[in-house]
Amino acid sequence: MGAAAYSGRVLVLAIDTATPAVTTGLVHLDTDGAPGTLAQQITVDPRAHGELLTPHIKATLAEADTELGQLDAIVVGAGPGPFTGLRVGMVTAAALGHALGCPVHPVATLDAIAHDVFAAAPAEPLLVATDARRREIYWARYDETGARVDGPHVERPADVTARGLEVERAAGHGAELYADVLGLHLIPPPFPSPEGLVGVAADALRSGAEPAPLTPLYLRRPDAVEPGARKRVTQP
Amino acid sequence: MSANAAAIVLGIETSCDETGVGVVRMRADGHVELLADEVASSVDEHARFGGVVPEVASRAHLEAMVPTVQRAMTVANVKESDVDAVAVTAGPGLAGALLVGVAAAKAYATAWGVPLYGVNHLSAHVAVDTLEHGPLPGPALALLVSGGHSSLLEVDDLAGPVTQLGATIDDAAGEAFDKIARVLGLPFPGGPYIDRAAREGDPEAIAFPRGLTGPRDPAYDFSFAGLKTAVARWVENEERVGRSIPVADVAASFQEAVADVLTAKTVRAARDKGVDQLVIGGGVAANSRLRSMAEQRCADAGIHLRVPRPKLCTDNGAMVAALGSHLLAANVPESSLDIPANPGLFVSEIVMP
Repeated sequence: MGAAAYSGRVLVLAIDTATPAVTTGLVHLDTDGAPGTLAQQITVDPRAHGELLTPHIKATLAEADTELGQLDAIVVGAGPGPFTGLRVGMVTAAALGHALGCPVHPVATLDAIAHDVFAAAPAEPLLVATDARRREIYWARYDETGARVDGPHVERPADVTARGLEVERAAGHGAELYADVLGLHLIPPPFPSPEGLVGVAADALRSGAEPAPLTPLYLRRPDAVEPGARKRVTQP
Repeated sequence: MSANAAAIVLGIETSCDETGVGVVRMRADGHVELLADEVASSVDEHARFGGVVPEVASRAHLEAMVPTVQRAMTVANVKESDVDAVAVTAGPGLAGALLVGVAAAKAYATAWGVPLYGVNHLSAHVAVDTLEHGPLPGPALALLVSGGHSSLLEVDDLAGPVTQLGATIDDAAGEAFDKIARVLGLPFPGGPYIDRAAREGDPEAIAFPRGLTGPRDPAYDFSFAGLKTAVARWVENEERVGRSIPVADVAASFQEAVADVLTAKTVRAARDKGVDQLVIGGGVAANSRLRSMAEQRCADAGIHLRVPRPKLCTDNGAMVAALGSHLLAANVPESSLDIPANPGLFVSEIVMP
């Protein structure tokens, strides 16, 4: 597969594990128009991504009476998100893509949330924020056309506010958690939806473009410090 | 699989800093053949930290996972439709690192429509020996010594229960090698460097203590923390009086102490249990002094010693595939697709339900 353009309807498996929600959906994408969800499984449990994801994929496909072999493509949220959960979705998508011989398109999870907002209520700038733990948020800013103009970043909510962003509304679970600090009008959705994920990749899916590399958006370096001098066991 | 056909199993290992993917074929006669053993290691990325950094290892596993599976399948010359089961290390190990392999294994098993086995890393270290020395003829002891583990196990059957007779009460043996390497100014990981330095040294130059060998100490448990402190104290005292450190002698004497305790306790356990087969595995099994001392003491005690070649002793996917093939052949029920990665998986649980 790869460069061939699709014709007619394509079937896409959407996966995201970059937020507390374990999200899977089977989505159809036609030559034009918005993507439509045929079946989905979404469970909010930040501690069970590894356990739930593959069973969710199986249940989603079973509900739509579809086999894995019928998939034309996979779209996966590439974060930013807490590392351990994020990797579950990324490696599952990569392995499925390899095993099934179908392309895997990474999309920014924040963009998928923005996509849902602009599909429902366009024409105003937007801040999207998800929970980065350690009292920080992953965030990005979108202009009135829905284009990402800032981010993704990871910062404390107060530092985001201090930037004086010209935006009045915010979506995402992180925006909910820190609504009092951000002081923005809060709108849904808190988590990415299957059609939002596929919507972000719609142009690439329709044109048969080569997928971007599956690079997770970590935004933070690993916590590791080089050791100093060895501690002595005797008094000098 | 039918009981008489050959079966191909793909194994995935990500419990520490090696992304390992192995492919084995179990023949109808019970012999397991190694078809591929591909390993991508992130060890160089950890060296400057003096130990494995879990997040660095986990990131490397994600990057390496699919390319390593692709390489292993190419080397093994197997197609997706040839694979009869996928096995993966479910624990023990680093939580975030294990999860990358477990998630990938679930995806492959689901896409290929084959059973998943979430297996115990320690049992896999025992099972790998069948790739080199054929089926275990009967009950065996296994001494597993690595940077993360030091365990003495009793194994009746590779697909059956494992009993832990003893384990380290503090540092793992490999950890002690890393720490002493640091004391001596040798690089990480310490094992190969100490082994090399020791070749020029006198193993009896310094009498370092043998931990937990007193008459009232637990017979089969190990302790290396006291030895580590004793070596550091000896080195610091020499430095204080202005003498240069005889690195080769310290390395040889330290290595001698580790090998002595490991082999003495293991041979004693074999005698106590009436078992005449011993498998040694794990990264420390690559140590030349441990190998030679084990050979001699086993020969003296009439124990048949099995030590796989070093590449199979360190963490790899072939050992996981080997264990998976024994489970498949024994018709052990497959693991559920909702198993977690289990960093503390106890050794008696060889496969997760």
